[in-house]
Amino acid sequence: MVRLLLIAAAIALLAVAPFQFYSVTLMTIMCFVVFACSFNLLLGYSGLLCFGHAMFFGGAAYVTGYLLKSTPLSIELAILAGAAASGLLGLFIGLLTIRRQGIQFAMITLAFSQFIYFILLQAPFTGGEDGMQAIPRSPLFGLFDVADNGTYYYVVAAITLISVFVYYRVVHSPYGEILKAVRDNQPRVESLGFDPERIKLLAFVISATMAGVAGGMKATVYQFATLTDASWPISAEVILMTLLGGLGTLLGPIFGAGIIIWLNDYLAGFGEWALISQGVILLVVIVFFRRGFVGELSALATFLASRRKGEAKADAPGQARAH
Amino acid sequence: MFDGISTQLLMGQVLIGLINGSFYAMLSMGLVIIFGMMHVINFTHGAQYMLGAFVAWLLLNHLGIGYWPALVIAPVLVAITGMILERFLLRPLAGLDHLYSLLATYAVALIVEGLVRYQYGSTGLPYQNPIPGGVNLGFMFMPYYRLWVVVFSVVTCIGTWILIEHTKLGSYLRAANEKPQLVQTFGINVPKMMTLTYGFGVGLAGLCGVLAAPIYQVSPSMGSSLMIVVFAVVVIGGMGSIIGAVATGYMLGVVEGLTKVFYPEAASVVIFLFMTVALYLRPAGIFSGKEQN
Repeated sequence: MVRLLLIAAAIALLAVAPFQFYSVTLMTIMCFVVFACSFNLLLGYSGLLCFGHAMFFGGAAYVTGYLLKSTPLSIELAILAGAAASGLLGLFIGLLTIRRQGIQFAMITLAFSQFIYFILLQAPFTGGEDGMQAIPRSPLFGLFDVADNGTYYYVVAAITLISVFVYYRVVHSPYGEILKAVRDNQPRVESLGFDPERIKLLAFVISATMAGVAGGMKATVYQFATLTDASWPISAEVILMTLLGGLGTLLGPIFGAGIIIWLNDYLAGFGEWALISQGVILLVVIVFFRRGFVGELSALATFLASRRKGEAKADAPGQARAH
Repeated sequence: MFDGISTQLLMGQVLIGLINGSFYAMLSMGLVIIFGMMHVINFTHGAQYMLGAFVAWLLLNHLGIGYWPALVIAPVLVAITGMILERFLLRPLAGLDHLYSLLATYAVALIVEGLVRYQYGSTGLPYQNPIPGGVNLGFMFMPYYRLWVVVFSVVTCIGTWILIEHTKLGSYLRAANEKPQLVQTFGINVPKMMTLTYGFGVGLAGLCGVLAAPIYQVSPSMGSSLMIVVFAVVVIGGMGSIIGAVATGYMLGVVEGLTKVFYPEAASVVIFLFMTVALYLRPAGIFSGKEQN
């Protein structure tokens, strides 16, 4: 019941938000919320640090943009096609890399993303350094006109809600439990008869597909696709969003993406300080708040709750201390 | 196959490849040494390389200290900042998942690069060539300075390899890598050794920076653009192997140079293409003796 109310409140908030804030900023935040969710699925729930997630984001942006420019595909199909392309790329790269772990995995995915970056730089259809411009917003379902940002906002909001729901379902399914088990103790999962590599590969493909949804969406919001979207600073930015929000939490990516995008907007006029502040935030989070924003908040809530309970039953033996 | 391609062009690109390879080799060697001892992937390496070049530039322009003293002073200064970083940032993170130290070094790289860019802008600053002139080899003109870079880096790589594989200090290092507690009980200060190792690896990056200053322009982004290639080199060579890093570094430099002759469009991706094939054939790296665990 409480959960339903919370969801209703969130939807209501989403519905009225554009009256208060600039809708393009909100749409950017939502694109990155989906992107950060996809990343959190990977790092937070399967322990795989992909340092090249931008290749799925930027790659899908180009595919979506290309399809919208050169075919009569409607906008939602183009985004889906972009996501599918990212999923396929994820499958290919996952097959090559999933056996490596930890830092090795991070570095190999980084190198692959650079590979994709150069391909996007040189491929004939991408527009090279200039990026792909003037991507049209073809009508939704071939019927509804979404050229106006105010209308398109609600489409983006709907896609974001669906994506976050998918993320929630994946994480809270039996598959999500096995994923967490692989993260925590891979040999044990293997001894139970599962194939950890296939489980991780599936997570990688799902994550790549979701990152593709985010990238395709961003290409339609801005109506251009740029190399920046596929470059490795974007990969690092999504790591920052996820860590700042809270690794392996449901709401973490939402807060992380919101804070970072807002900060980038705010610091855009201050030149290098956007970069420097990102570094400082990342450092502070890693050294002091490894649970991230949402993680620390929920830890605090648990701590307060347990203390209240502790006062009520002060004489209860073996009281567990929340930490 | 060689029709229409002059020896001059071919040799010129091989030489450029060897020079780039010298930097790849030295930088990836530093990374591998740090990784081997501390299991830290040093994302600050590129920024430390850039710092080396900047310190050399600052020494020349503000204190009038030339290239040769800078070749010693700059790496030492960079190494000192590295050791401070290790002591106060990396050591507290040592017990955690290695991903945290990776991200912490990345954060430091962001801050350092941002600050340098803030102070000096993003355009390249020139650094005077300390050994002007060159020699005509008949088929091509060879600038002395480039020759010096290649020779110097080969000597440094061999020297480092001997230091780690064939001296007592190196054997301590390798032992501490395998069984830190055991080595500690023999009275060797393992944490101090880690600090020194990190300082050494970082010093190598700084040294590379000074070497690079007269060839490439001194700019804040000179490190970050090079680093991804160096990471690929380390992955291809096998993460723990010094020989692997050095050999792969030179090899890929030359491969890249040759690609520029035969198929220029692919020059920027050839290393990653190479990596994909290498990973498929030998997942643990082409110079690793053992199979993937």
